[in-house]
Amino acid sequence: MKTSDITLTEQITNDLLPQKFGLRGKIWTSVLIAICLIGAYAYFLQLKTGLAVTNMGDYVSWGIYISNFVFFVAISLVGSLITAVLRLADVHWSTPLTRIAEIIAVSAIVFASLIIIVDMGRPDRFYHLFIYGRLQSPILWDVIVIGTYFVISLLLLYFPLLPDLKILLRHKDHSPKWMNRLYSLLGSFWKGTVGQVKINDKAINILCITIIPVAFSIHTVTSWLFATTYRPGWDSTNFGAYFISGAFLVGAGGVVVAMFVFRKYYHLERYITEKHFDRMGRIVVMLALLYLYFNINEYLIPAFKMKKPEEAHLTNLFAGDFAPIFWFAILVGMIIPILILLFKQGRKPLPMFIAGIMVVIGAWFKRYLIVTPTLLHPFLPMHDAPQRFFHYFPSWQEWAIAMGSLAGALLIITFFARIFPIIPIHETIIEDEKTA
Amino acid sequence: MAAGLLAGLAAGCKSNPFAPEDAAIQPSGEKVKLLSVDGEEIEVDKAFLKPVPDLPQVSNAAARVGMANKSFVMVIDLSRCKNLKKCQQACDHMHHVHPGQNWIKVDPMQDGDHTAKYWQPTTCMHCDEPPCVKVCPVDATFKRQDGIVLIDSDRCIGCRFCMAACPYSTRVFNWGDPEVPKEIADKPYSCETSMPQKKGTVGKCDFCPDMVRKGSLPHCVNACPNGTFFFGDINEDSVTNGSETFRFSDLIKDKAGYRLMEDLGTKPRVYYLPPVNRNFPFEVGEENEKQKS
Repeated sequence: MKTSDITLTEQITNDLLPQKFGLRGKIWTSVLIAICLIGAYAYFLQLKTGLAVTNMGDYVSWGIYISNFVFFVAISLVGSLITAVLRLADVHWSTPLTRIAEIIAVSAIVFASLIIIVDMGRPDRFYHLFIYGRLQSPILWDVIVIGTYFVISLLLLYFPLLPDLKILLRHKDHSPKWMNRLYSLLGSFWKGTVGQVKINDKAINILCITIIPVAFSIHTVTSWLFATTYRPGWDSTNFGAYFISGAFLVGAGGVVVAMFVFRKYYHLERYITEKHFDRMGRIVVMLALLYLYFNINEYLIPAFKMKKPEEAHLTNLFAGDFAPIFWFAILVGMIIPILILLFKQGRKPLPMFIAGIMVVIGAWFKRYLIVTPTLLHPFLPMHDAPQRFFHYFPSWQEWAIAMGSLAGALLIITFFARIFPIIPIHETIIEDEKTA
Repeated sequence: MAAGLLAGLAAGCKSNPFAPEDAAIQPSGEKVKLLSVDGEEIEVDKAFLKPVPDLPQVSNAAARVGMANKSFVMVIDLSRCKNLKKCQQACDHMHHVHPGQNWIKVDPMQDGDHTAKYWQPTTCMHCDEPPCVKVCPVDATFKRQDGIVLIDSDRCIGCRFCMAACPYSTRVFNWGDPEVPKEIADKPYSCETSMPQKKGTVGKCDFCPDMVRKGSLPHCVNACPNGTFFFGDINEDSVTNGSETFRFSDLIKDKAGYRLMEDLGTKPRVYYLPPVNRNFPFEVGEENEKQKS
């Protein structure tokens, strides 16, 4: 009995230790680095010439940088959902997914912060936010809550990693020297004593509780960047809840995609099982239905009244220039995934993966629709301004920077999975012992 | 008299108070009529006039506070506008607004399907509840005691939240280099002249407080040949377009003045007089659309 336990532990450890990149891993990483470099070059051009390299104008003064920012903030919320909400609800099946969710949260919030600096006309004056900051401005609220969320997410990634670092340090031969040095830098103080474990558990519990209001705040405040204005399409009391429900959906979709990829690439079928997919599928369906509910409120109720300022905006979305993207985002981002995942057969890994990708892509375009069409329908007519300001399609530099930021977030996740076990080893062993 | 030249009379020797300090200056023979301090009309040779520099610009700290006991308002009489855009040209020229962008826009308006069309010049509304000031994260745009809303381009971080917040779409952004002449670009920034504009910051109509300080009217008011714009101080209850002066309260009462988007609660300082008994039919103004860049 005892020997089988040891071998089981060894087995788990061996399966879950970080692995070297294979050929596919190398290609994937190089492609991501290439996209990042193109984005960095585009940003260099933007720094040189100013925001004139973008296709934004005095009417569409916020473009895909901002919609990309909203997307990143949205997807980062999943960290709190999987780690905190499920943990506090005493759900244990989600243990193997916590680290995936948390690294998605951290990398997304890092790039949310970077992309908002990219959007600034004067990034060299970023420090003005601290020396002249006005607490009355929703931007300051965003700076505060995003900073707080980043720190809590990072700690929620780090604390559960401590027991794993000890395991990693036990298997020094497995990793190159610099990684071992990193492990001991981060976790050599961790001995796994009863006292340490107690403190760590308590700390994680406190963080899990605090991260929930902070997570709600980051996306609610992000929605207020729009809802505090008068513009049709943004002037909505529904916005906070609408954004949060959408955020949980895209985050859960992102976790499903990551689950599938890691499972396939690292052969983790034993740890990320079909049961996990089935349960995540149920969560995604519930969240998609919730988001659909808020969308109905957000679009159909104003459409029922068709107030004059809303009319141009809504008809443009339903049947105008933005209709293809609008219906794409509704169908591909919500309705088709719901239809797939409602059925047991749809909650198998491959269809889940496809549904997850649909949710994420639909969500990206959804954010674009939240930002741009509204700005093209100001209260006063668009007039006496350069013709190029009357419509908006991002320039190649904007695309390059936006895609570069997405690639950058994926790169952080990729490198993290190379250096650290993407599935918590220690917690998996504990769970295994409990069930045995 | 040429702008920027104030008659400064050199007080020389007793015998001829108008003789130049510098004996090397020779009379040009061209005489200029002036009013002496005694109220006499006198003639002085043009060569003896000495240019006096403009009043020194107020410090940016003073520009943030604004003028005491003043409360500026503008009245725009829509019945007089024929979309000549002289206001716009003067404003663009004097503030070196980036070519193509405008601080003053003259919008073609039609309120309902069967209602009349009219031209509506829009400046910054200098709201008393300014949505732009509310959202600014760094206090780069601010409201002064005299009611004027200004921008500190040395502080603006270029987040453009104010542009999203403004329901009147009045703000423009310096997306690239603002392309101002070098001698202006080298000057320190003044909130009151809004110059020189800076790359990556927001600009807008400033009610020309530098002109007002000099006792002059904003450029748009001076430029309109039809006297569409009236400017004044609500504390004095008077507004003027340069040639006509009205009691502000009477004008608004008699002509049923109103403000734009009153329902938003922004409390603009720009009042409009409805386009009734118009001096020009709407179509006359359509001609002027062609010269748009």
